[in-house]
Amino acid sequence: MRLVLEARPERSRIAAWLSPALAIIATIVLGFLLFSLLGRDPWQAMHVFFVKPLENRYGVGEWLLKASPLMLCGVGLAVGYRANVWNIGAEGQLTLGGIFAGGLALVFDQSAGWWLLPAMIVAGAIGGMLWAAIPAFLRTHFHANEVLTSLMLVYVATYLLSYLVHGPWRDPQGFNFPQSKMFADAALWPNLFAGTRLNRGFVVALACVASTWLFMSRSVAGFEMRVAGLAPAAARYAGISSARVVWIGMLVGGACAGIAGVNEVAGPLGQLQPSISPGYGFAAIIVAFVGRLHALGILLASLLMSLLYLGGEAAQVSLALPSSVTGLFQGTLLFFLLAADVLVHYRVRIAGRSQAPAALG
Amino acid sequence: MGDTVTIGPVPRLELIEISKRYPGVVANDGVSLRVMPGEIHALLGENGAGKSTLMKIVYGVVHPDAGIVRWNGEPVAIGNPARARKLGIAMVFQHFSLFETLTVAENIALALPAARARRGLPARIREVSSQYGLPLEPGRYVHTMSVGERQRVEIVRCLLQSPQLLILDEPTSVLTPQAVQRLFETLRTLAGEGCSILYISHKLDEIRALCHRATVLRDGKVTGECDPRQESSSTLARMMIGTELPRPRHRAAHPTGAPLLRVRGLSRAADDPFGTSLVDIDLDVHGGEIVGIAGIAGNGQRELLAALSGESQATPADSVLLADEPIAHLDAAARRARGVAFVPEERLGHGAVPDMSLAENALLTTRRRLSRHGFIDASAAREYASATLREFAVKAQGPDAAASSLSGGNLQKFIVGREMRQSPKLLIAAQPTWGVDIGASAQVRQALLDLRDAGAAVLIVSEELDELFEIADRIAVMSHGRLSAAKPAQDTNAEEIGMLMSARLENVAHAA
Repeated sequence: MRLVLEARPERSRIAAWLSPALAIIATIVLGFLLFSLLGRDPWQAMHVFFVKPLENRYGVGEWLLKASPLMLCGVGLAVGYRANVWNIGAEGQLTLGGIFAGGLALVFDQSAGWWLLPAMIVAGAIGGMLWAAIPAFLRTHFHANEVLTSLMLVYVATYLLSYLVHGPWRDPQGFNFPQSKMFADAALWPNLFAGTRLNRGFVVALACVASTWLFMSRSVAGFEMRVAGLAPAAARYAGISSARVVWIGMLVGGACAGIAGVNEVAGPLGQLQPSISPGYGFAAIIVAFVGRLHALGILLASLLMSLLYLGGEAAQVSLALPSSVTGLFQGTLLFFLLAADVLVHYRVRIAGRSQAPAALG
Repeated sequence: MGDTVTIGPVPRLELIEISKRYPGVVANDGVSLRVMPGEIHALLGENGAGKSTLMKIVYGVVHPDAGIVRWNGEPVAIGNPARARKLGIAMVFQHFSLFETLTVAENIALALPAARARRGLPARIREVSSQYGLPLEPGRYVHTMSVGERQRVEIVRCLLQSPQLLILDEPTSVLTPQAVQRLFETLRTLAGEGCSILYISHKLDEIRALCHRATVLRDGKVTGECDPRQESSSTLARMMIGTELPRPRHRAAHPTGAPLLRVRGLSRAADDPFGTSLVDIDLDVHGGEIVGIAGIAGNGQRELLAALSGESQATPADSVLLADEPIAHLDAAARRARGVAFVPEERLGHGAVPDMSLAENALLTTRRRLSRHGFIDASAAREYASATLREFAVKAQGPDAAASSLSGGNLQKFIVGREMRQSPKLLIAAQPTWGVDIGASAQVRQALLDLRDAGAAVLIVSEELDELFEIADRIAVMSHGRLSAAKPAQDTNAEEIGMLMSARLENVAHAA
């Protein structure tokens, strides 16, 4: 007996949604093995990782708070990914969004009113879009691969932020710490529920998820993006401009990541620091794929990924595991997902001895 | 078992009750077939009848689910193509497997056992190729060769293996009528030396001219075995499709005064290093007529189609005029807005998105009219797709079925219908019946004629001369990126068109 992979007549929609579930199960199984090998009780470790962070109100708030930049970056990236525009630089675009919004908050400081937060959202989106426009321009004019350019710009963005908080924007009363002044109240999202840090930025994130869903599934431009991704020759045939597709893909990704940056600085941070994201922009790539590049899927995937962040922190505290355990879980999940995706186009058949037909004659 | 016991010569190849199932289809259902030494045996059937699967089984690419293969009387299991070659089976595929950046000799060496691929190979190639009337220069690079010449490389590569059975899959689709005759002479010589030939085709005239025996397949089953020389095309067609060959009603054309499409001095350098540059192309298509463009694949048809449909742009803008408006600089969507419709050669991935529903595929070329304020009118799109299915008799589950779930013929009817329902001024169609079964072909051709009669200009690019003579009012020939003047179809013939296909036009122009 052996297992045979057999091409499906058409791609399976059920398998497309089942494969993330399969990947999650495989990741958990591997987690069990890993914890056992490290000499921890795997049941207890799993409890610490996946249950304990959600045991109280504050924990649930943290969970949703951390999910929001992931879903924002994820849905933005997915718009590009559906059209084969590979923006890897959401982390940098998020940073620029934070810088633009933070700059606005610092300039107006105490003199601002209710309009400051909406203005910061707009400024952050513009910042992210500007940063994403660079790879878009290089791709459409010089055929430069956007994977490389957008990725490299992440590091440029990090240094730019680092320069600002070490230099011109450093808080004069901050004991020389490399960080800006705390923002005024007008530049901070009000909390949604007492006893949590969850704020109105989460509502903005949900609105963005809904908008990108509407854009991709109902608008003509979104339809053109999907055609460009599924069949480039058909897109040319239909008169869909490939340059426009690249621009839309990069700019939507940049805008969403920029808004995620606004949410970070106007939410849990309340100021500019040398780093405003623990890699949300990169983790969002995994979120986008685990979520099948679909808005609802990404929403769920961002909740899972957020739990991995919280679980990783809890594991550091209560199990004395290194912080890299979070990255390890993320990587494993993506690995299994890509492997399970084979099932979308193939099915497994158990074959007896094949290839016997003429031998018996 | 009585009738499978043979007295006298042992069959070269015998297939007994071969079956092969794929998910969703039975490709071969109890197929039996017998080829004698020195026999040219036709395997006749429509696209999707199971011919290719059966040949892949013989060549060891596919393994049958049931059945017996006998080779020179011995039962054998052909596990892979290397085993098939060792037995003496050689195959010329429909889509060539040559490396364009290598020479003829290098390509052939790749297919031979290492010991024979050494020195002396070029001499052997020259010897074998001249012996069978297939002249080849071993040092030439494949990318400089025409499709017909590439086929020669494939055949010579097979002949160098001294095969006992040569399989050819639709070999004449890329040849001029003259080259077809030369190929037939080669095959007859080979057969005279005792080599068996399995000849796969759906062209009835060729099979009647060449083959000694024919096995006819329909829906994976054998529906007849005969001597094609004793049959008429219509009796063969009945075995192949179950009904008479349908013929479209062809009425005389009534072209309108001024040409709708005017191409003047269109030249365009190829984007692709192996593509063909367009040189100084002139062409007129009037409303109410069908102009056909003949030619061997790879002579610039693809580039011309792209330049006319708007998938590529050309300068100056007035080198292509639609109703006197310059359009050469416009993209495909802008040209479509002005009344140009296009049916490309590739259905899946070019004319339709395989993974999208038919309703979404309808949007591919109608999204401007089926949307409001930038948002898709989904119910209008479904309605448009349903109406297309109805009016063009497309067999599909409905507007939500994926394009990839349709058969080639039905998808082609859908694409043609989608374009025609937009009442275009000019319809450009590339290989409109390529790989489409006979019934659907007739419907597509009839639809093109109806569109012409409604006053539209129709331009068809096809490699099938029969098709052009059947529906085109005037025929031009594409060769080396140039286009000959279009001649009325009744004033020319296959012979003359064939000459133009293989000639360099500048020489023809001088001679005339």
